[in-house]
Amino acid sequence: MIDRWFPRRTPILPRDTGGEPWLAAVIAVLCFLACLSAVGALAADRAAHGWARALRAEATVQVRPRVGETGDAAAARAAETLAGVTGVEEAEAMDRKTAEALLRPWIGDAVLPDLPLPYLVTVRLDRDAPASAVSLSRALAQAGVDATVDDHSLWRGEAERSAGLITVLAALAFLLTAGAAGAAVAYATRAGMAAQAAVIETLSLNGASDERIAGLYQRRYGLLAAGAGAAGALAAMGAASALRLLGGSEGLSPALPVAWTDVLILSPCPLLAATVALVAARFTALARLRLRG
Amino acid sequence: MSVQPRRAADAASSPATVRLRGVGFGYVETPGVLRDVNLTLPAGSFHFLTGPSGAGKTTLLKLLTLAEQPQSGSLELFGEEAGTARRADLPAFRRRMGVIFQDFRLLDHLSAWENVALPLRLAGAKTADYADNVHEMLEWVGLGEKLGARPPALSGGEKQRLAIARAVVTGPELIVADEPTGNVDAVMAGRLLKLFQSMNRLGTTVLIASHDADLAARSGATVLTLDGGRLTGGAA
Repeated sequence: MIDRWFPRRTPILPRDTGGEPWLAAVIAVLCFLACLSAVGALAADRAAHGWARALRAEATVQVRPRVGETGDAAAARAAETLAGVTGVEEAEAMDRKTAEALLRPWIGDAVLPDLPLPYLVTVRLDRDAPASAVSLSRALAQAGVDATVDDHSLWRGEAERSAGLITVLAALAFLLTAGAAGAAVAYATRAGMAAQAAVIETLSLNGASDERIAGLYQRRYGLLAAGAGAAGALAAMGAASALRLLGGSEGLSPALPVAWTDVLILSPCPLLAATVALVAARFTALARLRLRG
Repeated sequence: MSVQPRRAADAASSPATVRLRGVGFGYVETPGVLRDVNLTLPAGSFHFLTGPSGAGKTTLLKLLTLAEQPQSGSLELFGEEAGTARRADLPAFRRRMGVIFQDFRLLDHLSAWENVALPLRLAGAKTADYADNVHEMLEWVGLGEKLGARPPALSGGEKQRLAIARAVVTGPELIVADEPTGNVDAVMAGRLLKLFQSMNRLGTTVLIASHDADLAARSGATVLTLDGGRLTGGAA
């Protein structure tokens, strides 16, 4: 009785038991790679923007002492002047010990004691309304301090360009992956149609239009790609979650800070995979049917 | 039976179901398979097409089912030009006809029930709307006990009956059959002839290509003969 009201309908197209599991595996791997590249791009973009934000909130001032004035005194005077400028949260003269600590990884201990080091002031700026390099220079000049202000704009520009490049590369990787998945589906559709030529002719002679036959292929490969895409996305979600859990908010490396939202953003992958497969299967099937004449 | 083809009265007032004028067709290897064929099948008529092997019977049926297009002359189906029809328009013609192929053309992965239901399913009908019809049709051709059987598990005769059930289940205006009784015994052949005759009485135009001269004689139908690519006898 149940079968009468809810009959299990066999798909009109016979299954290609040889090719379809392989196609599913290929699509799953492609989706896994696409998801990983998306997570990598998001994390790298986040890192680059984080660095740019941090650079925007800081400035470094190199102070040159006047005749008869020590470098430390000049740096202290500059810090005091800068602390009073609007848009500055904190200004601190860097002592020699701190400057040596910064240089030690690059040049080692041997020459540090004899090396003449610049007198520096580190300035922490207001994140929302940071003071400009011009206003800092003007304040120092008015106070009679001979100094050069570096607002890190050179480095900030590099970081922002890197973030842009990573985004473009990620988009390119996604398009290439989608193209590869589409090509795999198109190939499978052509192979399936060649193997099922007699079935297609029977369907056609029984009144099926080209659109109906193409619809059978697009449904088959769309569902297959959705399932494979889900498998690939779930594997990528697992990998991204592991990175997040193992490395905390910074991921395994500060260069790739993975967030939980990155994991969620992979959820449309099955839908995207299905869409690519639907389009590829439909166009391939219609082209093949028209070629048959 | 719940199949509802056109009524005989409608058929009488309709244009010819099939009209061929000066049709020629050939293949690269065998040119001139059909030469200047003129044929009119009035709506509601019943014809047998006979002729020796290689006479062009199957080719003529391929033209009628629009599997091939005439290389010369014109082909009209249901009062409309079909010989030069666009590919997109072919399904509309084919849905008005039931075709029985010599090699059955059954789908091996579908059950007997699903094979018969195929044209209805392709036309977008709901299962609930045709389930009883399909069941009855299978009962009628003697396959009521084999609804779930797949074609590879059926004998040649059973496949033939299944192919016939699929062709007539939609209640087509035209039935074109290529050797429909070639694989069945005399009793079943007589029974199938009765099925075609009852469809014909309801207004369906029937054309059967067959070697079976006895069956053609028993049917009382007009007999056309195709020989050397030319058609003789009957309604030319």
